[in-house]
Amino acid sequence: MGNKVVCLPRLPRVAVCGGTHGNELSGVYLVRELLKAEKKVMEKEEEEPLSVLMVLSNPRAMQQCRRYVDTDLNRCFTHAKLNGPIPDDAPYEIIRSRELNATLGPKGNPEAVDLVCDLHNTTANMGLCFIAYSDCDWICMHIFRHLQRQMPDVPMRYIHFDVSNKESYSLDSVGKHGFAMEIGPQPHGVVRSNIYTAMKVGVQHMLDWVRIFNSGTIFEGGCVDVFTMIKHIDYPRDSETRNITAAIHPQVQDRDFCLLHPEDPLFQTFSGETLRYKGNEPLYPFFINECAYYEKGIALSLARKRRVMIPAIRVQTEQQQQANKQEFASEEEE
Amino acid sequence: MSSCNNSACLNEARRVAIFGGTHGNEMSGVTLVNLWVKNSAEIQRKGVETKPFITNPKAVEKCTRYVDTDLNRAFTPENLSAPGGDNLPYEVQRAQEINRIFGPKESPDAYDVIFDLHNTTSNMGCTLILESSNDHFNLQMMHYIKKAIAPASCLVLLNEHPLLKYSTSRSVAKHPVGLEVGPQPQGVLRSNIFEAMRVILKHALDFIELFNEGMEFPPCTVEAFRVLERIDYPRDANGNIIAMVHPNLQDCDWEPLNPGDPMFQTFDGKTIHYHGSGTVYPTFINEAAYYEKQQAFVTTRREALVASAIRKV
Repeated sequence: MGNKVVCLPRLPRVAVCGGTHGNELSGVYLVRELLKAEKKVMEKEEEEPLSVLMVLSNPRAMQQCRRYVDTDLNRCFTHAKLNGPIPDDAPYEIIRSRELNATLGPKGNPEAVDLVCDLHNTTANMGLCFIAYSDCDWICMHIFRHLQRQMPDVPMRYIHFDVSNKESYSLDSVGKHGFAMEIGPQPHGVVRSNIYTAMKVGVQHMLDWVRIFNSGTIFEGGCVDVFTMIKHIDYPRDSETRNITAAIHPQVQDRDFCLLHPEDPLFQTFSGETLRYKGNEPLYPFFINECAYYEKGIALSLARKRRVMIPAIRVQTEQQQQANKQEFASEEEE
Repeated sequence: MSSCNNSACLNEARRVAIFGGTHGNEMSGVTLVNLWVKNSAEIQRKGVETKPFITNPKAVEKCTRYVDTDLNRAFTPENLSAPGGDNLPYEVQRAQEINRIFGPKESPDAYDVIFDLHNTTSNMGCTLILESSNDHFNLQMMHYIKKAIAPASCLVLLNEHPLLKYSTSRSVAKHPVGLEVGPQPQGVLRSNIFEAMRVILKHALDFIELFNEGMEFPPCTVEAFRVLERIDYPRDANGNIIAMVHPNLQDCDWEPLNPGDPMFQTFDGKTIHYHGSGTVYPTFINEAAYYEKQQAFVTTRREALVASAIRKV
């Protein structure tokens, strides 16, 4: 990286989304509270330099306190699903994803919001995680590092799903930058005060970082440990009924991000037998026993960890931004 | 109940049922009952017919608490005698069917014992739920179970409250026993929770076998927690929750809550304190299913219940 400071465009518009899954309540209650507080702020005279959109993504699912009504909203944001014709009786979430894409995107378009932070909870013991499609989005990774420093008592990890922009499927992929803020453990349908507070404080620090970034501060480089998802493992299932025949082994339950070695216990069958991890490299498990993943055939996910160097960054000057716009325009002409 | 030589003489418990899936997303009971429907060796005891049964199959299939209405509130006299067949809510139909098979409720033909398996998101550990302080058979069973699993703990919750008591699936039986194990998120199967429930049932069935063989159980005292009142979340004028269970109270089921102690925390960080007249023991703290039932937790008081000696007729 050297001493080079990478200059990146300003982030004038940020979206904070809650209730993408209607029963993940920290985000639901936090966005509701922020919307209430926003009404009060609007009455003040000072101009907010940063435009923050608060969004309740899946109101119908929220009303029923369910993950989704027809289909998982957070899988509806691939380019294919966002474009093309849809029937009149399309699933509710397909219709909703297009509304969200119009408001926060369109995905891939210069009109899209600069940053999407999508709030989630998990039943897994994951602490606070950023989940992103990139391991070189310096904005997201600097925000992560900022939260780590501001909230040293909260276990925090950066998870990377190596998926192309075209195939990226979640709401956070609609913005120019985006990540999911996933906090657990919390049962679905429950608000735990410690989890809510961590999310509230995390969102506040994220917004503070964006304001500080926009004002021209240089953020020095450093390193971030990135967990890149390699594969999922399903539960052992009965061949006829497809019901699960084993539970996560007690030695793995709640041990998200504790290295799993080949031959370590992984599942315990209902007759008491231990089934072992049969991979050939040690990997880091996460989303261990996430409720919503039973139907997706995922008992846990596995990641490799590596240290990524992030460069120093600061916001582009007006000049640089103009120069970029002209370059962009002339590229388009060609 | 007849009395002979200072013991209460009770009929043998010949017909026993184990209910799972009364709430379709409480996974320990669903899993155990499915296991035992396939292979019932583990639950067989001499002289006892033990029937494992999924009470709410549609809810289990959808992995949801209920389809139309809460099955575990549906066994009211009105529901059990309601006409209408297929037009009735699904769970009311189920209640009538269950009452036919395992009841009729309050008749001599009813099953002797029903164990109803539940999970909770609350940090309640293993809890046995008693519906009557006069059920000496159940009291003796619970005493036996507590002794058998010691030093591990299993607490007894007594819900005899005239207003807060509700018409449970198990109430069809002469001796209804609720088994509640937590904390476990809805829809999730945790192996430690599953095993704990399994062990309790093993001891419960052992007790029934011993009783049926003629063992006499001497008088004993059972410590129980009697339900006092239901406390709701603070809400605004529109009925929206405006505060969460306070971090000092979260996960502190069965621990004393004293007047002045923190109870709720508003979303902007203010503390709301408990202002009852005395110390209570809260439980069902932050149970997911109770948000819609206007319950953040219930208060209880500790009571020593006395069980007479019992033996079979």
